[in-house]
Amino acid sequence: MTRKQKRTLVRIIAAAGLLAACLISEHIFKLPRAVNFAFCLVPYLIIGYDILLKAFRGIVNGQVFDENFLMAVATIGAIILGEYTEASAVMLFYQIGELFQSCAVGKSRRNISALMDIRPDSANIERDGEIISVDPDEVEIGSEIIVRAGEKIPIDGVISNGTSTLDTAALTGESIPKDVEEGDEVHSGCINMTGLIKIRTTKEFGESTASKILELVENSGEKKSKSENFISKFAKYYTPAVCFTALALALLVPIFMTITGRSPEWGKWVMRALTFLVISCPCALVISIPLTFFAGIGGAGANGILIKGSNYIETLSKTKYVLFDKTGTMTKGVFEVSGVHHNTIDKERLIEYAALAESGSNHPIAKSIRGAYGMSIDETRVSGVKETAGQGVTALVDGCEAAVGNEKLMENVGADYKPCSGAGTTVHVAVGGEYAGHILVSDTVKNEAFTALRELKKAGVRKTVMLTGDGEKTAKAVAEQIGADEVFCSLLPDDKVKITEKFLKEKKRGEALVFVGDGLNDAPVISLADVGIAMGALGSDAAIEAADVVLMDDDPLKISQSIKISRKCMRIVYENIIFAIGVKLVCLAMGALGIADMWAAIFADVGVMIIAVLNSIRALHA
Amino acid sequence: MKKSYKIEVDCANCANKMESAANSIDGIKNASVNFMALKMNVEFEENADVKAVMKEVLKKCRKVEPDCEIYI
Repeated sequence: MTRKQKRTLVRIIAAAGLLAACLISEHIFKLPRAVNFAFCLVPYLIIGYDILLKAFRGIVNGQVFDENFLMAVATIGAIILGEYTEASAVMLFYQIGELFQSCAVGKSRRNISALMDIRPDSANIERDGEIISVDPDEVEIGSEIIVRAGEKIPIDGVISNGTSTLDTAALTGESIPKDVEEGDEVHSGCINMTGLIKIRTTKEFGESTASKILELVENSGEKKSKSENFISKFAKYYTPAVCFTALALALLVPIFMTITGRSPEWGKWVMRALTFLVISCPCALVISIPLTFFAGIGGAGANGILIKGSNYIETLSKTKYVLFDKTGTMTKGVFEVSGVHHNTIDKERLIEYAALAESGSNHPIAKSIRGAYGMSIDETRVSGVKETAGQGVTALVDGCEAAVGNEKLMENVGADYKPCSGAGTTVHVAVGGEYAGHILVSDTVKNEAFTALRELKKAGVRKTVMLTGDGEKTAKAVAEQIGADEVFCSLLPDDKVKITEKFLKEKKRGEALVFVGDGLNDAPVISLADVGIAMGALGSDAAIEAADVVLMDDDPLKISQSIKISRKCMRIVYENIIFAIGVKLVCLAMGALGIADMWAAIFADVGVMIIAVLNSIRALHA
Repeated sequence: MKKSYKIEVDCANCANKMESAANSIDGIKNASVNFMALKMNVEFEENADVKAVMKEVLKKCRKVEPDCEIYI
């Protein structure tokens, strides 16, 4: 609790004690009215002096109709009508509610900032042989900083000395440790887990990943959602409307009664009007809706999903179309051996021959074959390597003639090759002039891709569409493997824009189209879509800049997760709007009919607010 | 030019009031208050005297919400 909150707590306890004493003495001693009034005024002033003061200042500054004004009018009215204890109690419960709200908001604020606790406080640099800690803002580009085990990396850079394991959980939401060594690029916000490393900085602190991300989250409030704007507008009309209704209740009804010849019962109607005022405060809505969005954005952030504004949460929750790029989004974007076919010798043997023969090559496909082999290459087993451009490699492996390459090479060595039906690049292997089989190298689909698309369907997405620049064979194979509804292949960047426009026209009102890409080549489409999601954005400023939603790592499951988070968030928002407005309207009606008294009014105001705030905080746990 | 200020305010409604108060000041292109982050992000008009403008903003905000604070 802050000092202010503690002071309020003391005032609440004191006023509650005094009020209880008042109630007891009133009943036991049957004091005269004047004495009783004086007695009750003490707790009332203790608990309500600041409200009265604020209300007075509000009127002076032309700010009527705020909650202080409402509370002041309601309680002073009650005192004039002789309801001293009610007036004190209303003030007391109002303050309890305010204190609770302030604590709840403070707590969720701390929770959210703890989730986003990636801002490093200091950087270590070496000066005159001594390690000193400085403000990271002062570190210039190209300086060497030292990060000990357990510390956060303050500034983006390249490791100049040392090896370590990094925990990237704060940035990506995944706590998979990442091994780094000299020459590797590292991002601020990661925690150095094991060894001491020295980093040559490549960016200023303000331009580093951690600062950028925090800036993004903190500025997310700028883009307000329709629900938030609705609430602001609602509050603007609602409070005055209730005040005038209260006035009508207090004046017009008794006047009407007098005219029609009945007893006006002024006291009764004024009391009902005052009850109206207590109910009318729009706090529950005004606080809980932005709190829900903020908690949603914070909760998503903890999962490595950065949402740039509450308007995107709103749009994301209506997602019906998901368009995505293939390479890097649903596939890993790196070549891997995806199969060995028509092999006459053992699969492992085949890969071993190919890996050894290609041991000297730097071609990505050779690398992927060596990767599939997995063991270190014993180069003494290879001799007489001959590379033929556009065909492949021939070499002596363990004294055997091995040819590794395409169809042309096979024809040259006289091997009877079999064509491959799979999508990707085929590498044929012949050993000793005999065809031994072929290796299929392709960009492999991410493990999670199939589940990711299924989850999207579960989350209510009607159509998943894959856009790719690749040829038909590869595109269709991948689309089938991951279960995409439609696929467009051999696209130029312009075509992607045209197709996205077509789908934008096709969708109905109130539906949203999401595009997911790597954020580099897809920037025009990302900005064209209702919500553009950039994936694998860690370390890519361009992607972070371009997209509305940024996935820090490249897990496609995060797409459906972000839609789910937005849905949950919006559900809570609607729950709060309906609940708060509903309870208030019911209480207003009951207040007008005289069924609800001051105590019910206090619940309608403070109780509803507390429940709405508690409900909002649920959005934090996505 | 854009600048971000730390603020102190008690309730969300008051934050909304501060926002509209700040937006009514000359020299401010757009101001937005993030109640949850307790930040006021201000975009100034070109050639605006930032210090003088922010003084005005604080004055106006104090008028609508006496309890508020902007750390200029």
